[in-house]
Amino acid sequence: MVPFNILIAVCLAYVCLLFLVAFAAERRAERGRGGWLRSPVVYTLSLSIYCTAWTFYGAVGYAARSGLEFVTIYLGPTIVLIGWWVVLRKLVRIGQAQRVTSIADLISARYGKSNLLGVIVTVIAVVAATPYIALQLQSVTLSFGVFASGTPEGWALPDQSATALWVAGGLTLFTILFGTRNLDANERHHGVVMAIALEAVVKLVALLAVGIFTVWGIAGGWGAIAERVAASPIADWPLAPGRWIGLTFVSAAAILTLPRMFQVMVVENSDERHLATASWAFPLYLMLMSLFVIPIAVVGLGELPAGSNPDLFVLTLPLHAGQGKLAMLAFLGGFSSATSMVIVSAIALATMVSNHIVTPLWLAMRAGGARAPGDVRGLILMSRRVSIGGILVLGYVYYSLSGGSAALAAIGLIAFVGVAQILPAMLGGIFWRGATGVGAALGLATGFVVWLYTLYLPSFGESGLISHEVLANGPLGIGWLRPQALFGIDGIDPLLHALFWSVSLNTFAFVAASLVTFPSPVERMQGLAFVNAFDLDPTARGWSRGGAEAEDLLTMAQGILGAEEAQAFFEAEAAAQGKGGFLPETTPDFIATLERRLAGAVGSATAHAMVAQFAEGAAVSAQDLMAVASEAQQILEYSNQLEAKSEELARTARQLSDANEKLKDLSVQKDAFLSQISHELRTPMTSIRAFSEILMDPELPDEMSRHYAGVIQEEAVRLTRLLDDLLDLSVLENRKVQLNVTVANLHDLIDRAVQAASHTRPERVFTIHRDFPAEHVPVITDTDRLVQVFINLVSNARKYCDSERPTLTVNVRKRGGRITIDFIDNGSGIAKSSQTLIFEKFSRLTDTQRAGGAGLGLAICREIMVNLGGTIAYLPGQGGAAFRVSLPVRPAGRAEPKGA
Amino acid sequence: MKKPGQPLFLARRNYRRRRLVDAARLLPVLGLFLVLLPILWHPQTTPQADTVAGGEYLFAVWFLLIVAAFAVSRLLNARQPPEGDNEDAR
Repeated sequence: MVPFNILIAVCLAYVCLLFLVAFAAERRAERGRGGWLRSPVVYTLSLSIYCTAWTFYGAVGYAARSGLEFVTIYLGPTIVLIGWWVVLRKLVRIGQAQRVTSIADLISARYGKSNLLGVIVTVIAVVAATPYIALQLQSVTLSFGVFASGTPEGWALPDQSATALWVAGGLTLFTILFGTRNLDANERHHGVVMAIALEAVVKLVALLAVGIFTVWGIAGGWGAIAERVAASPIADWPLAPGRWIGLTFVSAAAILTLPRMFQVMVVENSDERHLATASWAFPLYLMLMSLFVIPIAVVGLGELPAGSNPDLFVLTLPLHAGQGKLAMLAFLGGFSSATSMVIVSAIALATMVSNHIVTPLWLAMRAGGARAPGDVRGLILMSRRVSIGGILVLGYVYYSLSGGSAALAAIGLIAFVGVAQILPAMLGGIFWRGATGVGAALGLATGFVVWLYTLYLPSFGESGLISHEVLANGPLGIGWLRPQALFGIDGIDPLLHALFWSVSLNTFAFVAASLVTFPSPVERMQGLAFVNAFDLDPTARGWSRGGAEAEDLLTMAQGILGAEEAQAFFEAEAAAQGKGGFLPETTPDFIATLERRLAGAVGSATAHAMVAQFAEGAAVSAQDLMAVASEAQQILEYSNQLEAKSEELARTARQLSDANEKLKDLSVQKDAFLSQISHELRTPMTSIRAFSEILMDPELPDEMSRHYAGVIQEEAVRLTRLLDDLLDLSVLENRKVQLNVTVANLHDLIDRAVQAASHTRPERVFTIHRDFPAEHVPVITDTDRLVQVFINLVSNARKYCDSERPTLTVNVRKRGGRITIDFIDNGSGIAKSSQTLIFEKFSRLTDTQRAGGAGLGLAICREIMVNLGGTIAYLPGQGGAAFRVSLPVRPAGRAEPKGA
Repeated sequence: MKKPGQPLFLARRNYRRRRLVDAARLLPVLGLFLVLLPILWHPQTTPQADTVAGGEYLFAVWFLLIVAAFAVSRLLNARQPPEGDNEDAR
């Protein structure tokens, strides 16, 4: 039997050893020789804080009461670990990219760096941790009691409560010394991790030793154990499917959401690849821890007197067999389990409390806000120390209230269901971009309240916070609100009942609220960064502009990171920008890096708020970024409009330049016209002058003078005709012509034209083919003008048709409201290049003299037709020169027929 | 979700790695299936106590899952692509 004093001494010595190990590891890490400190083995061992005193003592008790059901608590985490690729890897990646300091920080950062969510998660975690810490206190107290009483059966100390208080006090001191020696920028505690890795080995060795002693020392091999199992009450354990599923689920959820598991798994993780090792090594650890649970339980049930507490079989069995040293080892194993859990749990919770509750409150209360924070380090460290004390006090209070009598496993499961409330917000946050902060807050609050009401408060017993009356009949006699039979569904296992309702109502509230709410810009950016953690550049930032004063930032950072570290960080950043000194340019990149760095110390929400104070006005944030984005959108639209306008302008410019070209052409034409006209006028004038001079000679014979007078007259007529034509053209072009619209038969008009044109080159034999019946079409138009056009066309044919036997075909057709008259001769026609020119003024294709005109004929025709509302065009491909005159049967609106 | 510019078919090495990632994703599903299988037993209904058999089954499954996880994680680490991580390439 081990004397109680020696037990105390061994405990103290063990604690000193842990300190030494932690200190040495810390020193090694400082000197940059982390090496094996950050090996996957240490990482895996640190995960073993999942196995607390509950596992060490409680699993055997659980097995003794419920058979194999205890393995669900370890199978759930096994499934999560072997599925590391899906969830854990993403969590670790996000944790590193966002410098997450705790699970509350993760949720807060995901939902827009909202501190409210950080507070909610912190509260849930603290409340859920209290039974768990009480469990550790209870188990250590019980194990002390076993030794104190001197007999395995009577394990009660004279004053159990006092022992628990001592244990709580000792653990507080221990944790404060361990966990808050310094404020790590990235919240990694090499010393602590090393110490708990050592403790992990101690508890595994202790449990295996007890197990091996039990199987081969007491029972005599596996065969004997199997026989004993079959004979023991365990053989009849009932497998309740609901509990089997529920416990597997809740333990799987717990390993993701327990603050201390998150601390070692995500925050303390230094290399993503360690997960790959942990994925099989940690399940192996769990399996080894569970391997001897059933044998110990069975042998304990068989060997120890009835009424012994099965939770203490690990301790009492070796004592019963007289193995004092083995019992000592077992005690140390249990002690290790309890202390490692309390240390990490308290550190994680204290970080959450100080980052999400104390620091924001303190910043809000200070007059200067974050602008002149002074040395925040002292405050943060102090708040963490106080938080650690507070958390252990809460644990002690729970222990006292619950009477310290419940089975360990039952207490642990209450905590598990509590932290499982964080699961929907967490998984939703990393896999669903639509998850919103409001949804998460509602879900968390709903789950938390249901859990409190259905499981946590009733766990204090009927004398506790919820009276027997309420348990039996519901509050105010409302039956369907009975804490253990919500909605009147009775007869479910209370734990399963609480788990089912809290998690499902939580999920429902989370999803429903997420679907109907709209997230803030920061939230949407964070959601993107979380859900697409593997696709995105981790440096995606929220600061659109810099502008804060580097000096102010340095002052603030010194207050949080410590002068030396902050200066080193600023110097390095300045050097990276190619500057000397300690003040880098406050670029958005730098501010984002600084914020992440600060987030490692005080959490993302606080860090964001602090940096925002400085960058405000000049900067800030995603709201701005989104605004800029929408501004950019507007600019884009505006530029599109501009582009359209400029295209329009270009079109107009092209039109203008076309018009300009036309004007130039017209100017050239005008000049040409003037020179043409002068030429046309001068030719007859010259001959008139010459002949009139000759006529002045008195000796001119009569005959001659008569001839010359004839020539003069002929030329004068030509001149008059030309002037008439010009006048006519000018009138027609200005649309000032007075049309004399009458009704006539087209046949008569053509007759008149052919008749009139017969004076042109009367010597030529000219055949005209006409289709008389078709020509009898009435037209309402200015008949004289139309005949003028016809005359022109017919005489042109007479003049220019170069055929041996010239013929002219006149076709008349009436289509719709229009009449077309084609004049087709059998000459060689007009070359294609000239076809567009013939209607221009003074355009003559042949020799001027031969034509005997000024080349105004077709130009006048065109103007007449335009004035009559019709057209005249050259008709190619008719085997000769062909013109088509087209005119409406009656003039459109402009001119009404005046009489008949 | 196919990203633009991704090849339709992969080289054998990349193909194998993706199937390995599939295995890593499916392993927890297999684990859950095997772990929840005992629900179908009714130990309390049979006169013969089968706790021993149940325990042996569970620990065998456990061991099997550990070995599978070991194999998958070793292969995944060994076949780590040289640069970065082409995670969501399926």
